[in-house]
Amino acid sequence: MSTQPSQHPGLNLGAPHAEAHSANEEFVFGFWVFMMSDLIIFGLLFATYVTMLGGQAGGPGPSDLFEMKSAFIETMLLLVSSFTFGMASLSLKYREDKKWLIIWLLITLVLGLAFIGHELLDFNKMFDKGGVPSRSGFLSAFFALVPLHGLHVTSACIWLLALLGQIAVYGLDTNVKVGLTRLAILWHFLDIVWIGIFSLVYLGGLA
Amino acid sequence: MSGKTLSNERAQERASELKNYIVGFILALVLTLIPFGLVAFTDISRMQLYGVIGLCALIQIIVHFRFFLHITLARNKREDLQLILFSVLILAIMCGGTLWIIFNLYTRMIPSLAL
Repeated sequence: MSTQPSQHPGLNLGAPHAEAHSANEEFVFGFWVFMMSDLIIFGLLFATYVTMLGGQAGGPGPSDLFEMKSAFIETMLLLVSSFTFGMASLSLKYREDKKWLIIWLLITLVLGLAFIGHELLDFNKMFDKGGVPSRSGFLSAFFALVPLHGLHVTSACIWLLALLGQIAVYGLDTNVKVGLTRLAILWHFLDIVWIGIFSLVYLGGLA
Repeated sequence: MSGKTLSNERAQERASELKNYIVGFILALVLTLIPFGLVAFTDISRMQLYGVIGLCALIQIIVHFRFFLHITLARNKREDLQLILFSVLILAIMCGGTLWIIFNLYTRMIPSLAL
């Protein structure tokens, strides 16, 4: 084989999935364009957050509100879910039992939901300490940035549920495969955004 | 583990891609543990800490792109890579400009707020 096998989560369906493979190429590129618009939104919210760090108006600051332990747990949940989604992508590509694909997807879904639940508990604790979005410019910027990421993870979980439903109804047809490869991009990408959040917001605030 | 048996070549390809994901996961794990560990258990100066956190985040982002999203220098990924690099350039101009202008305003108008 002279051609290098493509490893893109979108393009890597390979020869046995010929139809889905070619349908994927432009869908995946288009999806990358969409993800890049998301990157710009998150990037500018990061910049807004940094400019607002000084605007605490005497309210609670990062060291009063953030907890290292919960930031660490959330980071681990998201990192492991990214890995399990990778395992699901491999199961799809190498046409293993549908059972394994679904098991990996379900583990990913549970980890994603655990992340959201943990984040909501975290926000709840912040509210108890007086860290509400309307308290200061700093808190407004925080609640524009971090829950937007949580909202993305929530939508990704809903999308994953919808795909599981499609697998149940239609089996692994072209549309389902193309959907799974695009969701993989979103899922891994959200993990990258979280790297920025835990580094800049949580660790930067607690350092 | 697999329902159908794979041909030898496909099985090898699968093993190498699996290794790819595991290497990426371990690298990401280490690059997460370093900054968290430093912030939690040491008291080195704040500026050094910011440097290490930023560097680890940057490397980890590249690790995620390389091992999880498979964005490499290979020719068939060139378009995706160019799209990402162009978006990062636009983002750098917009973020850099925002920070430059706002902090300039801070220092000129409310010196006490300058960070």
